Amino acid sequence: MGTTPCKYDWPEASKRKLIGKRISRVDGPAKASGRARYTYDINPPGLLYGKIVRSPYAHVRISSIDTSEAEKLPGVKAVRVIQKTGTEIQWEGDEIVGIAAVSEEIAEDAARKVKIEYAHLPVFVADADLAAAEQAQRTKVTKDDQQGDVEKAFQDPDAVISEGFYGQPVICHCCLEAHGQVTQFSDGPSLKIWQSTQGVSVNPGQYAEVLKIPAASIDLVCEYMGGGFGSKFQVDRWGIECARLSHDAAGEPVKIMLERAAELQVAGIRPSLYGKIRVAASKDGTLTAWQSESWGTGGVGGAGVPPLPYVFNIPNQKVKYTAVSTNTGGARAWRAPNHPQSAVLTMGALDDLAAKLNMDPIDFLTKNMDLAPESLRKYYLDELPIARRLAEWDKYWHPRGQGASGPVKRGLGVSLHTWGGRGHNSTCNVTIHSDGSVEVALGSQDLGVGTRTVIGIVAAESLGLPLEAVTVKLGDSRYPYSGASGGSTTVGGVSSSTRRGSVDAREALFAVVAPGLGVPPDQLEAVDGHVRVKGDPAKSLTWKQACAKLGTKPVQVMGKNPGDCNLTSSGVGGVQIADVSVDTETGIVKMNRMVAVQDCGLVIDLKTAESQVFGAMVMGITYALFEERVVDAQTGKALNANMEAYKLAGIGDIPDLVVHMMTGPGYDERGPVGLAEPPTVSPGAAISNAVANAIGVRVSTIPITPDKVLAALAGPEKGAMA
Amino acid sequence: MKRKKPKQTEPRAETVVSRRDFLRGAGVAVSGSILTGEGLLHAAADTPAKVLGPGETKFVLRINGKPHRMNLEPRVTLLDALRDRLDMTGAKRVCDRGTCGACTVMVDGKTVYACSMLAIEAEGRDITTIEGLTPEGKLTPVMQAFVDNDAQQCGFCTPGFVMAMTALVKHNPNPTPAEVDLALSGNLCRCGTYHGQKAAALQAAKSMKRGAEA
Repeated sequence: MGTTPCKYDWPEASKRKLIGKRISRVDGPAKASGRARYTYDINPPGLLYGKIVRSPYAHVRISSIDTSEAEKLPGVKAVRVIQKTGTEIQWEGDEIVGIAAVSEEIAEDAARKVKIEYAHLPVFVADADLAAAEQAQRTKVTKDDQQGDVEKAFQDPDAVISEGFYGQPVICHCCLEAHGQVTQFSDGPSLKIWQSTQGVSVNPGQYAEVLKIPAASIDLVCEYMGGGFGSKFQVDRWGIECARLSHDAAGEPVKIMLERAAELQVAGIRPSLYGKIRVAASKDGTLTAWQSESWGTGGVGGAGVPPLPYVFNIPNQKVKYTAVSTNTGGARAWRAPNHPQSAVLTMGALDDLAAKLNMDPIDFLTKNMDLAPESLRKYYLDELPIARRLAEWDKYWHPRGQGASGPVKRGLGVSLHTWGGRGHNSTCNVTIHSDGSVEVALGSQDLGVGTRTVIGIVAAESLGLPLEAVTVKLGDSRYPYSGASGGSTTVGGVSSSTRRGSVDAREALFAVVAPGLGVPPDQLEAVDGHVRVKGDPAKSLTWKQACAKLGTKPVQVMGKNPGDCNLTSSGVGGVQIADVSVDTETGIVKMNRMVAVQDCGLVIDLKTAESQVFGAMVMGITYALFEERVVDAQTGKALNANMEAYKLAGIGDIPDLVVHMMTGPGYDERGPVGLAEPPTVSPGAAISNAVANAIGVRVSTIPITPDKVLAALAGPEKGAMA
Repeated sequence: MKRKKPKQTEPRAETVVSRRDFLRGAGVAVSGSILTGEGLLHAAADTPAKVLGPGETKFVLRINGKPHRMNLEPRVTLLDALRDRLDMTGAKRVCDRGTCGACTVMVDGKTVYACSMLAIEAEGRDITTIEGLTPEGKLTPVMQAFVDNDAQQCGFCTPGFVMAMTALVKHNPNPTPAEVDLALSGNLCRCGTYHGQKAAALQAAKSMKRGAEA
């Protein structure tokens, strides 16, 4: 943020009519009434149903493919071999044959008639076992760094050292709207695509490149989107094949939405991460040394390097990470890639060290705040006391394992997190029509975070109008380019482009109406549905009267981000506290309460911002207590590629959730910064720490299921801390 | 009316033909005597076993008060009939096997997973979809409560939750938070909108008490 005033700057708090208020999302009625049409709901006339024949095996070579019986079936319109005989298949569910037919049932019948023979190859899926992975030659060391003098720091006689093993398995995105698209060729090379995607503006180019047709002939639409969480950026192979099937079927529209099993097998996972950690502090609680050997898998390609130690740059550190290749579907970005896993390892290890030091973990984190990035310290130091108060920490926290005497033990745990989230590149068209109506059009997408609403709020605020006066058009690649929605970059990006466009549009309107009001344009302001002379509200026009002066020439300007005046920034901090009760007889963990204190710079819509954090906590409770992809060790087949056994939290699993958004000086002037990822980071660590606080031992891996709780209570060899 | 189980995932006892049995047995004989309860398949008790399918079968579905002539294979689910044949896409297909509740509709006033009922099973019954709750496009108190409490993000699970909550407040105008949890326990959300839903249920119940129609 610049210090010199700029015409695009966000309005001061005292002048904001909409920004920062609690405003209901503008597409709420369409969604609540079932009228919102998602990709899955697109049914153009003549629609054909596509099915993909997938490998039932995790590691094979295709020996033969016979599609002749499928092709003969009445109603089948196109059959395509996607991966030919001889191809090595490296995970269960990989695509082999595509079929389009007049009904889904016939497409399924045809899929069953495809005969594929396989030669089996060795399967490796044991990602939790580093020694086994090394023995199978499925590892690659992708980080092995050192800073300071680690050995000396650990050998310091005053050092208090904690050692432990921490981890988490692979989890799936499990978007409720499966991945998929409808594709339709029409006259000429024109291709219409309805895709459930996080990248409306980005994807036509990818389709064009592979299909070898001009990107200009492609129109991609995604008006409503049923969940992505990082897994719906790219154009998938099934998307390309869908278009090819449509082409082969004389251009008829073809719909391929993944079945639930495929959605869980091939459409995205969050990598696992396991680690052996040693961490040391001096007796007063000052962190001195960190050593981690960690590993994890994101499928055949391994996984990215996790940021360890997380948040705290401990002076002496030795960090090794090994990527493990397994015969499972590939990783895709999952909210805050690598951060939640790193938080479980780091915040778990720090919490165990605090317990060994007999320190309150909040005091311990606070004491070491000098090791956190300088830009974040202020936020954490603001947030920790607020979280402490909201969680009634001083009432319910107790030294580890020293809770109630009965079988049900209550405990509290804390974690903190960060994320970048600078607004992405975005362009938008802002149009003021002579009838006073206003539209903002951009090739962005609303994944459910409230993007439409945020854009409307920024435009309406900038033009002095009520929110209903602005029509937001997004979800179509014919609109101006806006970046893909990932890394919590959308709200910062689209807010900034909309702000610049709206301010410029306002000035263009002022230029037209100023002569009639007898003042220079810069003496006008747009407030409460009027264009009026600053300091002389009597000299004013209603918005409609002002716009009528445009005659046949509407104002239309392009807003951009980045651009003049920095309107967004990077780097947010957040703190979460979990409050749990653990039944030491059954091992069941019950959430009592969860508190999130979160910063995201300038909040545009407090209601949808809070929803993001509520949702992140629910997702976090889910992966902390329930969620895990289970793969058969021998065959590599997913054992829970369905929604009965792949467990998502239900409403009854969710406790009282408390969200406190940081706003005001020190926060607002940074402009809107991303919010979807950061609050998803801490729940696993906070809940794990709360369980350790309750029962006195660490359950080393999440999800913290009853069997693991009982095993941890049973003895140290089961994963409890010595 | 006393509220019973919050979610009826299987057809009622007198029509015990599970989807799985039907899928396996399309084209085989089913005993008419099992199916007489509601005349589901128009099979009289004293007639020989009737063979349905595997080809298309003509029947009528009464949806939101209007009859729709169908000609479908017996294996087509109610959900697919609604979505793919009638273009009523409010009910969503997510898990497709009776777990997540995104496909919830009402059959004879009770919530049913439309993915787990065959279309032919629904003949002669009163089917209400989310489209039928708002014939004039006005939001119901339950829908308004979802909007006001931001009980939705991506919105894909929302129609199912709205149906389940509508059934709840119709049958129980004073739900406790625990009863709300129970009534919505047959539905799943991935974005994590449960916090708003809890508040929405209580708001909707309050509106109902003031006399609004669910």
